[in-house]
Amino acid sequence: MNDTKESFHTNPLRIYNHMNKRNQIWVAFRAAFPYTVPILAGFVFLGIAYGIFMNSLGFSAIYPILMSLFIFAGSMEFVAATLLLITFGPINALVLTLMVNARHLFYGISMLDKYRGIGKKKLYMIYGLCDESFAINSTVNIPNFVDKGWFMFFVTLLNHFYWVIGSAIGGIFGSYVKFNTEGLEFVMTSLFVVIFIEQWMKEKKHHSAVLGLGLSTISLLIFGGTHFIIPAMIAILGVLILLRKQLEKVEVSAT
Amino acid sequence: MTMSLTQQIITIAMVVLGTMLTRFLPFIVFPSGKPTPKYVQYLGKVLPSAVIGLLVIYCFKDVSLLSASRGIPEFLGVVVVAFLHYWRKNMLISIAGGTIVYMILVQVVFL
Repeated sequence: MNDTKESFHTNPLRIYNHMNKRNQIWVAFRAAFPYTVPILAGFVFLGIAYGIFMNSLGFSAIYPILMSLFIFAGSMEFVAATLLLITFGPINALVLTLMVNARHLFYGISMLDKYRGIGKKKLYMIYGLCDESFAINSTVNIPNFVDKGWFMFFVTLLNHFYWVIGSAIGGIFGSYVKFNTEGLEFVMTSLFVVIFIEQWMKEKKHHSAVLGLGLSTISLLIFGGTHFIIPAMIAILGVLILLRKQLEKVEVSAT
Repeated sequence: MTMSLTQQIITIAMVVLGTMLTRFLPFIVFPSGKPTPKYVQYLGKVLPSAVIGLLVIYCFKDVSLLSASRGIPEFLGVVVVAFLHYWRKNMLISIAGGTIVYMILVQVVFL
């Protein structure tokens, strides 16, 4: 008696849960997609540019496609292309990569909490933690009814997909592009500016944002475009640690 | 190309390894099972704003104030994005508007 009653009750519930889960994934996908549209434009364009660049260096389309799939770090892929043309030096390649991509360390530290408890997807989301995925996932307010893990997963996956598709188009058809695309790369700059403004309007105190802008600018002026990131990161880290007491106090009094 | 295919694969593998190290390291050092140290939690809270500031500046790393256009198209592009965003608060309009203005500037105005 008890058994039948229980199966009667649990079974439909299980089916409902299953459908609900599929529905949740779909809802998360639809919520995530609009945020990735600017990146669709930017990555397809930059990916095409990368494919054309590789093509011009004499590499077949399979190079940009596989490199975009496995490396998935835009600026580093351009550097990697030049590494393939000089004398073989794997350690040099590794050290250079660590320096160019050191900023990812900050992304990881920022996402430690947000990525907590979202299961196996997390591994892929760390793997695909590029500038743009970080910028969206670290600042967006995900609505309560949307599963946060799946939302961030789809932002990462879509960005990765756009980048690979762009590289493939560039690598395969690059030499046929006739439309004057000069300046289209500004779409990424615009994206970061918009995200910066959104974050600015959302936060009560602007110390950190001002420090990031200011210290990076100073570092850029002193060290120049190719070497400014690591000094800027060290300066940001140092000043934020020095100001910890004050900034945490502001936060407590603000809330 | 002077490298053999194997050498090319090793070189690309090193770039993949380096990139993955920078992405996975924080999660390996501070696993989710253990409580994250307080100062790292603090950094996780304050870093995003600063890093997005860094990313904005990163976009201008190749702008030269000594070049013919002196960074004016970049500056105007950002002004347009900021203006559109305060006005309409629509991410896509701001980004599309800024990009179109910038493209016109570099293709037609500042040759």
